[in-house]
Amino acid sequence: MERLDLLRDAVKNLLDSGQVDGVLALRAAWPESAPHLFRPGDDVSNLVLWPKYQLPKILDLLLTANPEARLGMVTRGCEERGLIELAKHNQVDLAHVTQIGLACTAEERDLCRCAWPYPSRIDVGDKVDGIADALVADHEKLSPEERTAFWKQQFARCIKCYACRTACPQCFCETCVLEDNLWVQSAALGTPFPAYHLIRAYHTVAKCVGCTECERACPADIPLTVLYTLLRRDAEETLGYVPGRSVDELPPLVVELAGDRGG
Amino acid sequence: MEYKNVLSTCIYCGTGCGLFLEVLDGKVVGTLPVKGHPISEGKLCVKGWNAHSFIYHPDRLTTPLIRDRKGGELREATWDEALDLVASRLNGIKAEFGPDAIAFLSSAKCTNEENYLLNKLARAAVGTNNIDHCARL
Repeated sequence: MERLDLLRDAVKNLLDSGQVDGVLALRAAWPESAPHLFRPGDDVSNLVLWPKYQLPKILDLLLTANPEARLGMVTRGCEERGLIELAKHNQVDLAHVTQIGLACTAEERDLCRCAWPYPSRIDVGDKVDGIADALVADHEKLSPEERTAFWKQQFARCIKCYACRTACPQCFCETCVLEDNLWVQSAALGTPFPAYHLIRAYHTVAKCVGCTECERACPADIPLTVLYTLLRRDAEETLGYVPGRSVDELPPLVVELAGDRGG
Repeated sequence: MEYKNVLSTCIYCGTGCGLFLEVLDGKVVGTLPVKGHPISEGKLCVKGWNAHSFIYHPDRLTTPLIRDRKGGELREATWDEALDLVASRLNGIKAEFGPDAIAFLSSAKCTNEENYLLNKLARAAVGTNNIDHCARL
């Protein structure tokens, strides 16, 4: 059977099982797809696979509005990791979530330049290995001065739409520092270099799972993923932490900072 | 629980970016960009991302308001009363000062058809070419 048919069957089976109030997935919508909560009895023949959306953020929205609900969700690798980080930051209760693990195809992986295109348990699809981001490799060849010049040029195109923040499943603060006039002046065009983007980048450390929704939402096509991938690598090297890898690993920046141990 | 996305077009300028209004249990709770949209290609600006936010805003005007005298308080009115007042005042101004004493400002929030009708109202009914776009305010 085709991957899409298998996924529709898996979603239908979960809905028919009576275990969930609905399954969050993608539904065919003009021109391509839209997030949708399929409910028991719904026709799943219009369930589709791509393009993906920031489903972990939407699941957070649904469970916040209905804390008692039990929901299913079609989760790709990045979405499972996103849910795990949300759970560890007390945003989502995983006991209320049943995941249908979906492995990405090589084509989908390439579109996201993804290093980890599969969930921990694959229910539908075949595992393909991740790839190294070629843009990151290009960036590594630059000198520190060239990197500054590169990002200055990239961030100069920023139209201050906040899409990177708004689309990000890991941006759940009730008050966003990027709306604080101390750092980012409101009602003024352009974003301060490098404050806006580096504050956001540092706030993704040990949380960003590389879903690329920020970059895909950016009207200026700034390669934000490059920055966050490099920071994710630094976090792994210095803190030994990989966001979304395990629900049991405590997020290091929340629990302790180096030197604070036992303080 | 019901969650769905309803396709719409951003009302803030004339570009026509595609957006989904997120509807949770019958209430609009958010906006998402439409991926693959031929114009906006899955992107929105800050206004588009917040296109839903005026819907239930307490400051939103939901009925016509009339100020009976200069410096007076606004009071709620019916559409008939408001439109009668506007029509009689515009006719009065036109009779006293001529049609070019009146100008019309149209909007990117309107459909092409609504803008066409305002154009007809200005040029054919009132008799002035003073019609422009709200973005030139």
